[in-house]
Amino acid sequence: MSERAIEQTDFTNRPLCLSGRGVTKIFGLGDKRTVAVDHVDFDFHEGEFVSIVGESGSGKTTLSKMLLGLLNASEGEIFFQGKPRDISTGRKKKEYWKGIQAIFQDPFSSFNTFQKIDTVLLDCINMRGGKHLPKEKKIEMMTEACGFVNLKFAELTNKYPFELSGGQMQRLMIARIFLLRPRILLADEPTSMVDACSRATILDMLLNLRDEIGMTVIFITHDIGLAYYISDTVYIMEHGKFVEFGKADEVILNPQAAYTKRLISDVPKIHEEWDLSTVDLLSQK
Amino acid sequence: MKNTLRQVFHSPKFVVGFVIFVAILLTMIIYPLFNPGNPLAQIGVGTFAKPGTYVSLYDATKAKTETFRLPDAEEKRLKASLSDEDRVAMVEWFTAAGVDMGDLDLQDTDALLDLWNANYDPSLRPKGMITARVNYFKRLNNALQELGGGDTIIIAEKDDASGELVESKKILNTDYVNVNAVTNVKTLPLGTDNFGRDVLKELVSAVGTSLLIGLIAGVVATSIGLVFGLLAGYVGGIVDDLIMFITNIFTVIPGFVLLILITYSIGQEQRGAAVVAAVIGLTSWTWTTRSVRSQVISLRNRDHVNLSKLSGHSLIRIVLTDILPYIASYVVMAFILQVSSGILAEAQLSLLGLGPRTTITPTLGLMMNWAMLYSAHTNGSWWAYFPVILTITLISFSLNLMNTGLDQVFNPALRD
Repeated sequence: MSERAIEQTDFTNRPLCLSGRGVTKIFGLGDKRTVAVDHVDFDFHEGEFVSIVGESGSGKTTLSKMLLGLLNASEGEIFFQGKPRDISTGRKKKEYWKGIQAIFQDPFSSFNTFQKIDTVLLDCINMRGGKHLPKEKKIEMMTEACGFVNLKFAELTNKYPFELSGGQMQRLMIARIFLLRPRILLADEPTSMVDACSRATILDMLLNLRDEIGMTVIFITHDIGLAYYISDTVYIMEHGKFVEFGKADEVILNPQAAYTKRLISDVPKIHEEWDLSTVDLLSQK
Repeated sequence: MKNTLRQVFHSPKFVVGFVIFVAILLTMIIYPLFNPGNPLAQIGVGTFAKPGTYVSLYDATKAKTETFRLPDAEEKRLKASLSDEDRVAMVEWFTAAGVDMGDLDLQDTDALLDLWNANYDPSLRPKGMITARVNYFKRLNNALQELGGGDTIIIAEKDDASGELVESKKILNTDYVNVNAVTNVKTLPLGTDNFGRDVLKELVSAVGTSLLIGLIAGVVATSIGLVFGLLAGYVGGIVDDLIMFITNIFTVIPGFVLLILITYSIGQEQRGAAVVAAVIGLTSWTWTTRSVRSQVISLRNRDHVNLSKLSGHSLIRIVLTDILPYIASYVVMAFILQVSSGILAEAQLSLLGLGPRTTITPTLGLMMNWAMLYSAHTNGSWWAYFPVILTITLISFSLNLMNTGLDQVFNPALRD
């Protein structure tokens, strides 16, 4: 847990990008009532790399859907760039989604299997108002976006997403973000379905993309080691509540909440405490 | 797409169903080319002529004759003219008179006649037999003596001038005519129906009409079901509640009763084939709505739909490009089943006399209705209704086989 991909920076003075007060989501009624997200407050700043860490069922994905505007909050208010977020109409939603985009967990189900890769990327150009650009310019933009994630557009054109590997698909997803240039990227466990080598590549690309566009990244993960490796700020989520948050250094190297301590102790340690002599391989069989 | 098609045609069930269906379709298209004309033309005057080849007797007498002396001709003639009823009556007399029949075979005409000629005694009055019955046996005996007839039939024509009958032709029992030499020969593979119409021709035409009815009913039911299902599943909320309310009402009312009531209230004059098809479609969309809705609900929270929303696509575009392709295979299967059940529903309605009111084209149900009204099933005219039943069975069997085959291709859980 000593390695970090970034320098610890203080973001608290930067302008607010996305914040929430008392955001709550309740599913069901009566006996079946489940509080998925319970009155959470958060402040995400411009250019900040935030990780929301918690185990399965802690409410991370529900929160992310509310942030994206795919799910309405039961209570509380979300502020986008300092103003209360208004996504009451389709037009306003469309405008909001120009500012916030997402990468989902499973690359295999993130793409419409009936649409070619070209369509996916062209949609992004159209959304940024590039509908009337000449064809050559569009191809140039798509080639540039694919180049950013080490893919060759010439090889991808006229192919379907399912013809790619999981890692390639997730990189294509990042290329999509590169074209869309949103203010906020919400990445919901983007590396949990890809192999370890692709994981490092994808994380690096996310960091590069943040530096390139200067956007806020909200990284949702269950792996606190990963969160420490990549993020400026960490929010620890347990049963729909933030039990601890702050700079990654402070939270992880000096955890206060019992839940954070438990999450940290669950990370497999390779560097300091890797001691095979204590493991009795025979008795475990 | 190409791979899917290849997979579909590798499913034995689908291929069998497809071959049967295409064979029916080809028959429907090709047969009228060889046998053109109005399928409802009344070619016969009587009802329910048996299947077979009919030779014009008039033309046969004028055809060139050849003489053959076939050894078994006389025996066959005897056998054909001695009815089963007569045979049973003869045995009855033998039993009453106490004649030893030994191991007599009822179909052995020669032995039966020999035994009769040797033992029959008109003066004998068996014990307990009434006079009427005794006289019946006397008449039977006279008929038996003339059995086989003479060896010549004389055809006479009336002379217009004198009014006398003049012999114009003598037909010997050794005269034969080549069927091909007779000018008028009509083959009726399935005989005629109650109005003297060619059943096969009618059947081929009826298959076309019934398939069209099934198709219209299928298109109507699938479109309504699809639109309602997509709206209810994707939009959700109050739209979902409203659509499911309507769907539940239609599900609770027995569909067939509703169908009967609607077709009855439309009235005979307005009830054409297309109207009946539309009514069938309008009463059978509910389960398509329910199943499309549940499929859409499971699809609408998938990541690719969320991504499409984030890309700012409109509701219509998301439904058409992100939802519809995923349920297309299911919709095709539902459509096939709707066509099949549409054909069956038409047959049921027509059998009750509520089918299309048409004198221009027959339908499978109408043919069964006519056969039933004229008691084809009680007088043994199987050709008037059995081929219709077989055709309906084959059509729905082939459609259901195709459906099962498709299901196996598109639903991985059902693959062997």
